Amino acid sequence: MIKFSDKQLKIPKMARPVYLATSGMSRFGRAFPTLRTEELCIEAFTAAADFIKMTPAELKQYIHTAYYGHFADHFGDQLLGEAVIHDRLGLDPLGTIGVKTGGATGGSTIWEAIKAVASGYSDCALAMGWERMDEVPTDEGNHLIACAADKDWETPLGHIYTGYYAVMAQRYWQIFGKAEDSFRKTMAEIAVKNRGYGRMNPYAHGGMKITVEDVINSPVVAYPLRVLDCCLMSVGAACGVVCDEKTAYELTDNPLRIWIGAGSHTLRVADRRDMKIPLLPNEEPGLYDDLGKRFPGGDRYPGFSSFLAARIASYYAYNMTGVVDPCEDLDVIELHDAFTISDIQSYEDVGLRPYGEGRDYIESGDGYHTNPKTGKPGRLPSNLSGGLIGCMHAVGATGLMQIAEIGYHIWNRWAEIHGDEKKWKKFGREKPKDWTDLQVKGAKRGLAISHAGVGSHVTATILMHPNHLLKED
Amino acid sequence: MKSENDVGRVSVKNGRYKIKGKFHIIEPNTPIFDDNGKLCGITNPRDMTYIHSYGGEAIFFESLSKGKLMASRCDNPKCESKDSIFMPFRIYCPDCLRKNTVIDITDIAKKTAMIHSFIITERSGAFNTLKKPIKFINVEFKDVCTIFMGYLSVGEPKIGMRVLPIFQTKKPTYTIMDISWVPVGTPESELPEGFTL
Repeated sequence: MIKFSDKQLKIPKMARPVYLATSGMSRFGRAFPTLRTEELCIEAFTAAADFIKMTPAELKQYIHTAYYGHFADHFGDQLLGEAVIHDRLGLDPLGTIGVKTGGATGGSTIWEAIKAVASGYSDCALAMGWERMDEVPTDEGNHLIACAADKDWETPLGHIYTGYYAVMAQRYWQIFGKAEDSFRKTMAEIAVKNRGYGRMNPYAHGGMKITVEDVINSPVVAYPLRVLDCCLMSVGAACGVVCDEKTAYELTDNPLRIWIGAGSHTLRVADRRDMKIPLLPNEEPGLYDDLGKRFPGGDRYPGFSSFLAARIASYYAYNMTGVVDPCEDLDVIELHDAFTISDIQSYEDVGLRPYGEGRDYIESGDGYHTNPKTGKPGRLPSNLSGGLIGCMHAVGATGLMQIAEIGYHIWNRWAEIHGDEKKWKKFGREKPKDWTDLQVKGAKRGLAISHAGVGSHVTATILMHPNHLLKED
Repeated sequence: MKSENDVGRVSVKNGRYKIKGKFHIIEPNTPIFDDNGKLCGITNPRDMTYIHSYGGEAIFFESLSKGKLMASRCDNPKCESKDSIFMPFRIYCPDCLRKNTVIDITDIAKKTAMIHSFIITERSGAFNTLKKPIKFINVEFKDVCTIFMGYLSVGEPKIGMRVLPIFQTKKPTYTIMDISWVPVGTPESELPEGFTL
């Protein structure tokens, strides 16, 4: 569709408030030759129980239905992997279902769990996601990922998903980045930022202390994207437990409110027809009338430079929660930084900056924990976990990791979760001597964007402290 | 590679698939040991061939072998997308869901094809048969509402560059690989083996 009816643009309504009671994650790595997937899932679930001072057995008593996100069955050569994990978590005979939406699988999984609670079907639901990407050689892994493109029209072309994605980066780079060295430097700054934050995260496996020059001199994957511009390929698990109000306060005295919006767009970028830009609450009609003049070639929307699914997911989520200007109304965000350039594209899709001006979010210092220009807290820090570039991209777990990370800030427990020496040791990682507490002081509201491939599915999850809502229910 | 006799082949007889040749090869599992010689896993070899229907898109792939580029057009007078031409080919209009009309856009492509975006990569996945570096290009055509993905066989891509379709007519694979693109003015002698303008 390129025109949307009022019915389609209706703001989603939840029949009752939904809360995130707890979250948990396993360690993430490129490979875990001595761990089965169930061990990682149990590690994540146990962490979620620990977080609210419960045993796993106690937490399980509350769960009524379970939603499992696991994108790539063929990586593990195991269909119905969800049933394996459900059994190993000892949750039979509860109702369960598997969810698969590519890179957005984690977000989509909790979308299902939230709807189950919002509707009254369940009072407490588990959303668990994982991915196992280490059990095939890398080139076969590339082929399997490329199977998420159109198998007749795209996959035979190189069997390499990056190729189908990077054409979007190229178009954005040339039209909106004007192929400028300064834009290339801004892309590199994102890699430096996110890999730097990853160093402070014991769960992460992509933390690095690097410079802009390191990024710009790293090997080319598909110009202008270089190795250090690209996300990780990971193994690991993450989960969240969502509840109605009564159950949430039985589990913890500090649950967070949670909402989610979801959007979609064509699997093939090729199929994207020109349309009017749907506006977010902080955008006025007419804002983009001269976009093509300011950026010649940039007048086709979403074209190859924007993600309609992210815009629509944000449209629903912002209007559900009363977010008008995300930079004003939110305190911390996690974006789907599959590539540095797609991170910039997302700034525009989710309304941090107008279309064409995404780079300013980084160049202004707004996206940092501490603004490098002023030394003061960043206006809206992003990807303090390290994101997909610096922390992990264990596909089915990614969206749930992002939500957990946003939660830790609002719960004001980021330092406890990430700073514990014993945890660094347990994960076989050395805590950096310059470890820094990245807690966003006073964080009350946050956003996590979970995004599939070239933008076929996107979810926008909003978390808020219940005492700091923007809108009455 | 399998021998010519072993290659899995499929035909359709009376509405059913008939298969001939080898569709999977059995290899033994092998153990995976850690640094200390302790067992930690096993390999599970899989060599399989899928059987896949092109359905209503078969005409597109067959036409490539004849040097033709087929698109589809919505002709439903009641559809707001009437006259939209789709390339990639869509069997049904995404708006009214009525069957599209198959049309030949070879001439439109020859006269108007232009690079919308591109990427050059040395990377590929298993089973790739394209020569590296792969030059992915996205091609826009006049009056076509979508943008086709393909690969450039000659020259260096640039946004806005005019290109011509070339077709694997001599040894068709009946896949999307049977269409490629070259800059306007490329002599026939420079085309890859089996391709014609």
